[in-house]
Amino acid sequence: MARSSDKPTRSAAQNNRRRTLPSTLAAPAQGWLSSHARCLIESLGRLHRRWLASLLTATVIGIALALPAGLYVLMSNLDTLSQSWHRAVQASLYLQDDLSVNQGQALAERLGERDEVDSSTYISAQAGLEQFRQSSGFGAALDALEDNPLPAVITIAPHSDMSRAEIGALLVSLEDEPGVARAELDQAWLERLYAILSVIERSAWVIGLLLSAAVLFIVGNTIRLDIENRREEIEVMKLLGASDAFIRRPFLYSGFWYGLIGAVLALVLLGLCFIALAEPLGALTRSYNGALAMHGLGFQGVLMLLGIGVALGWLGCVLTVNRRLAAIEPR
Amino acid sequence: MTDIVAFKNVIKRYPGGKIALDGVSLHLERGEMAFLTGHSGAGKSTLMKLIGLIERPTRGQVVINGTNLAAVKRRQIPRYRQRLGLIFQNYNLLFDRTVFDNVALPLVIRGLGHADIARRVRAALDTVGLLSLERKFPITLSGGEQQRVGIARAVVDRPYLLLADEPTGNLDPALSADIMRLFMRLNEAGTSIMIATHAIDLVERMGHRRIRLDHGHLENG
Repeated sequence: MARSSDKPTRSAAQNNRRRTLPSTLAAPAQGWLSSHARCLIESLGRLHRRWLASLLTATVIGIALALPAGLYVLMSNLDTLSQSWHRAVQASLYLQDDLSVNQGQALAERLGERDEVDSSTYISAQAGLEQFRQSSGFGAALDALEDNPLPAVITIAPHSDMSRAEIGALLVSLEDEPGVARAELDQAWLERLYAILSVIERSAWVIGLLLSAAVLFIVGNTIRLDIENRREEIEVMKLLGASDAFIRRPFLYSGFWYGLIGAVLALVLLGLCFIALAEPLGALTRSYNGALAMHGLGFQGVLMLLGIGVALGWLGCVLTVNRRLAAIEPR
Repeated sequence: MTDIVAFKNVIKRYPGGKIALDGVSLHLERGEMAFLTGHSGAGKSTLMKLIGLIERPTRGQVVINGTNLAAVKRRQIPRYRQRLGLIFQNYNLLFDRTVFDNVALPLVIRGLGHADIARRVRAALDTVGLLSLERKFPITLSGGEQQRVGIARAVVDRPYLLLADEPTGNLDPALSADIMRLFMRLNEAGTSIMIATHAIDLVERMGHRRIRLDHGHLENG
């Protein structure tokens, strides 16, 4: 304890450090890194000591993260599905009444040769009426009509890889064809599907934001309780000369772990949901003859979920810890 | 400057009007050991708190080791406290860590390397005679042993001033005498020490300088 012994021992320590690490910068950087690494492990150890409480917190975070993530998966699957439905879009060309059956068939053939068109089918007014009679069940009522009210129709299937805009342009050019009275895309249902999808997408964002806020509050509250439980320890540390940053560090790492473990639990929950849904999903896929494949989060999605979890855990902690620690001063 | 502690006309008034220190001037020389005595409420704790920058004086000047404490900003307090060794009546040990980790805490806070920490912690534990207990947890130790751990923690970073607030307040006379002898050994090794205590008979037997406070005033003694 003698002041005189102070200097020699300290310079001995420096010599020692210099021997093991050639760079003068490496020593403090390594000390800083190793103190962070130790803190990271220590904070995990703390969570482990109160593993049940920690697990409950992480589970709540996991559920909060799993819900928007699940919606995201649902949405991206519906998006793929709608694209495959998009391919099934047909245009109906209503022909002018004065066009004969032969002329109509010739027109259908000519249109079918265009690049943008996959196939074209001519349905005469008579055939149309027959179809309608069979499918609608209004047979008797239709018999009462003197004339066939239906026009002849050519149904056009656009090329499958065309965009919605390109299909729209095709429709305009088809309408200009001689003999065509009106061209219509039977896509009202598709428009509705897109509208529903965008509602789901928007809801997913809103729910995601709300649940992110919930995660912030959960982490914040847990850390607040943690700080309250460690009040005496924090006072002692401050008396021993610990800086705010030093005291804050283990709590920030707890936030990191809560977020990470919560995100991992969210992945587990999503996996369980997939297992629960595997059977009906399989049936759905088979009904599309394998043309449709359901997909999960994907590698990027998993990384994103883990990243969001960690970021929320960390942020929830930062928002709480500074204010709480400032309120604790030794008396 | 040879004074390690210098109070100049220090007044401390707490919110609510209670005056704890009323114009106190005192000096402690480097390497000196002094006892701070007085009835409870005489201002002993307040004086200690002013040195530890736990409180600020209402008026007057406190200079520690040549540093005017009025110039130490809030952000600089941790660094300032690192150079003090504080000892408490209730030991203030952390019960979820071993004796070794408790003593190591000031060095960990300062960011020292592992090897350095281990060497210094063992030296400090050796000084207080607890080297064999380094793996134990504080809860398994007696009161006297716990206070020795507290002292080891206070001296491990070689402070220029040891401040002890009622260090023997919870100990029986025999253990108290032990602890006081430990302080004397530390002082003989060169550490400046200020001890606030009630144990007047013990103090009188030790024969060191006595600073007596009475209702916030300094008495000559």
